[in-house]
Amino acid sequence: METKVAKKKLGLKDRYKLLTRDLGWEPSYHTKDEVFPYVKYEGIKIHDWEKWEDPFRLTMDAYWKYQAEKERKFYAIIDAHTQNNGHLNLTDARYLSALKLFLQAISPGEYAAGKGFARVGREFGGVGTQVACQMQALDEIRHAQTQIHAMSNYNRYYNGFHSFADQRDRMWYTSVPRSFFDDAMSAGPFEFMIAIGFSFEYVLTNLLFVPFMSGAAYNGDMATVTFGFSAQSDEARHMTLGLECIKFMLEQDPANTPIVQAWIDKWFWRGFRVLGLVSAMMDYMLPKRVMSWREAWNIYGVENGGALFTDLARYGIRIPKHWDDAEKAVDHMSHQFMLALYQWNFGTCFHTWIPPEPDMEWLSSKYPNTFDKYYRPRWEHLKKLAKEGKPFKNFGLAKLCQTCQLPIIFTEPDDPTMSCHREVDYKGNKYHFCSDGCQHIFENEPEKYVQAWLPMPALFQEPLKGDLGAWMNWTSLIDGKDNGDYVGSQDERNFQQWRGLATTNT
Amino acid sequence: MPIDLRMVTIEPQRQTFDHLAHRFGDKPASRYQEGSYDIQAAENLHYLPTWDPDQKLYDTSITRIVMEDWYALKDPRQFYYSTYTLTRARQQETAEANFSFVETRGLADMLPDDLRATALRVLVPLRHAAWGANQHNSFICGYGYGVTLTQACMYHAMDNLGIAQYLSRLGLLLGDAEALDTAKDAWLHDAAWQPLRRYVEDCLVLRDPMELFVAQNVALDGLLYPLVYERIVDNDLSVRGGSAVAMLTQFMSDWFDETRKWTDAVLKTAAAESESNRAVLQEWIRAWSGRAASALLPVAAFALGAQAGEALEEQVAAFKLRAEKAGVAI
Amino acid sequence: MSTVFIALQANEETRPIIEAIQLDNPQAVVERQPAMVKINAPGRLIVRKATIEEQIGRAYDLQELQINLITLSGNVDEDDEALTLHWNA
Repeated sequence: METKVAKKKLGLKDRYKLLTRDLGWEPSYHTKDEVFPYVKYEGIKIHDWEKWEDPFRLTMDAYWKYQAEKERKFYAIIDAHTQNNGHLNLTDARYLSALKLFLQAISPGEYAAGKGFARVGREFGGVGTQVACQMQALDEIRHAQTQIHAMSNYNRYYNGFHSFADQRDRMWYTSVPRSFFDDAMSAGPFEFMIAIGFSFEYVLTNLLFVPFMSGAAYNGDMATVTFGFSAQSDEARHMTLGLECIKFMLEQDPANTPIVQAWIDKWFWRGFRVLGLVSAMMDYMLPKRVMSWREAWNIYGVENGGALFTDLARYGIRIPKHWDDAEKAVDHMSHQFMLALYQWNFGTCFHTWIPPEPDMEWLSSKYPNTFDKYYRPRWEHLKKLAKEGKPFKNFGLAKLCQTCQLPIIFTEPDDPTMSCHREVDYKGNKYHFCSDGCQHIFENEPEKYVQAWLPMPALFQEPLKGDLGAWMNWTSLIDGKDNGDYVGSQDERNFQQWRGLATTNT
Repeated sequence: MPIDLRMVTIEPQRQTFDHLAHRFGDKPASRYQEGSYDIQAAENLHYLPTWDPDQKLYDTSITRIVMEDWYALKDPRQFYYSTYTLTRARQQETAEANFSFVETRGLADMLPDDLRATALRVLVPLRHAAWGANQHNSFICGYGYGVTLTQACMYHAMDNLGIAQYLSRLGLLLGDAEALDTAKDAWLHDAAWQPLRRYVEDCLVLRDPMELFVAQNVALDGLLYPLVYERIVDNDLSVRGGSAVAMLTQFMSDWFDETRKWTDAVLKTAAAESESNRAVLQEWIRAWSGRAASALLPVAAFALGAQAGEALEEQVAAFKLRAEKAGVAI
Repeated sequence: MSTVFIALQANEETRPIIEAIQLDNPQAVVERQPAMVKINAPGRLIVRKATIEEQIGRAYDLQELQINLITLSGNVDEDDEALTLHWNA
């Protein structure tokens, strides 16, 4: 036998190129415009898809191998957690409100993102871009499923988890993230990438997953830590995809810059509003806290976001338009959110509560310039009312922001004592907004945002006609079990009783 | 204080999520059910797509197939992400071992030249067809309705990519980077490949997700895989001393064996739904499988010469039987 | 100078990787948080395959990092030998 001449081993980059982008070809039986009908209408100019830089060069065999290892670890922990009544390891069952909100509001968004990435994984005109998007589509299915699986056992023992599918489509506060993902999916492929790949993944998901999941670890919830960190390991790929994609658009043609900048402005603010839900989860719903929303914002928003925009400055990209308003809101938003959730808690499929004194102390130390001055007095007032046996409930109809869909609960950026409210007349109708950011988004695309489905007005139309009981049935919210104050709830009673069984012999 | 939580017996409040209890009764649901049913937004969609304001964000009317409940199109393998990934991870281990066996023993060099040439000529251009299949399944996942069907299509799309990558590696192992260039040139210009390329490109402009499902997963794959991997590689090439090639394509043979159960199940359920579905499926399968057969004939001839026609007829007959069993006589 | 970072799950597999990163990046600062280790560095951070291999005594494919990675920040450049994170400004 002749001596075998060893083949020259291809490096990672060359090999990846041959195994992915070389698979595509120029169609000749149909035009590229027919094959990729959506890549032009947004005005983004791409001259050479070959200039796309692949972020992580995973071929399918490596993808299957590493992802399978993550999956094995994840389900081993989930199984152990279920078998050993791991839910009784929680610091306190009030923590579960954060998970309920997560399952109703965030997990459906993971699925929607997957659907959107499958679409752009087909619609983009370059193989490298398509493959990266397809892998993300697959990952997002993973995230939706691992989250549902991690929370499945909590659902068997606690209220508020059982009807997340109905609540995704009908609940007033889930309409906030739902409208966010619907907005991204109804946009063209490039805007979708800025919305989800860049703004949400790169700028914002660190805030959602990293400090919050560290918080879950702190509160004894190994199921959530595991899905959180396991999901986030995919996010590292997704964030890199988002960053590569934006650089690619900016490098292809200078005419793309203003379009991309407008999308960054829009999606930063859209994402910041959605993450408001997370601020309340972090500052109020974790019984033991790793860091405050403000501290997390400083690390992942100011420092990391700042580094990113400094890096992109060479393309003529500036910091998002409403960045300063966001910075001003950070010391207020979690308090404003939680106060709102508390006063409407007859209509939330999770519990809220007046923070106990040690929590108030913590909040005042983390928010020295705002908490004692603006928010502690309100909580004290609510505490007094509750003590007198007449807890405050706001049965009035909140005005919703036409863009972000949150009730109008925020204050003026430069005056925390003034409610912030904007109005626009468009074609004979009046539309309300929570902020300049949301108003500008509307004004740039009014024909899109007039279509928004607003959950509060829906309560007063057929077939509900303002009947709160009928509304609760329609959203599958069980009055007296899923909603209201944590103190005195069935979740509280059960958790304490079960913990008692575990820690005593009686 | 250490707590032995396993010793605590507590009664669950409910067995599963409401939407699953509604479908399957209040009993513990499987992870497949939890991860598949009703997790796509169903109502109160906010905005119409700017890319096509004539359709909704999730729209059942973009296909001619009509289903009372799209979640009826379930996957008999019950693949959700985890089971899918674990299955493929095991298969890739085998594939890796096979590639490494062929490479380290120098089996590629020991292949007779004509066999090597045939393998390269038939198999390597198919990586582009597999890429086409990836595009189509991404499309079906993106625009199809209901997670039971669409998640399986995403898995399928990634499998198609994996297959395209295995075929590329086969080209690199039996030839070198130039073998990939030669194959691409053949795919683009060689007359024998043009009917197949045209088939794939015609599918790239189809925007009915179910018709695409039929054209790619039922018709084209239903003929291509048994013809190329069973008939040509596993039988013909192996008999002639090319079993090393069969080692490199084992993934594809196993994959087709597994996935055809899923495509059959989808077809069967959709056809059983209504006579009008059955008629539409029949029309599509007839048209696309006819085209697929004639597109594959010149490809089969590379390996089988004059016997290609007969081999193809056998496959067409087997395919007809398979479609009939799924409830669509052609 | 802007900070780049990489965060890994805190477990037995990542302990030698973190040591390798510290060896290759003397300027890096290691932050230990619940269930997570975050490594920050000014402007640039490099993860070298060879250094990790010295720590664990076996061959290591940099793509194995995927398994325990939580998040990162900075432009990513990866080849067979190293993964580099950097900001241009």
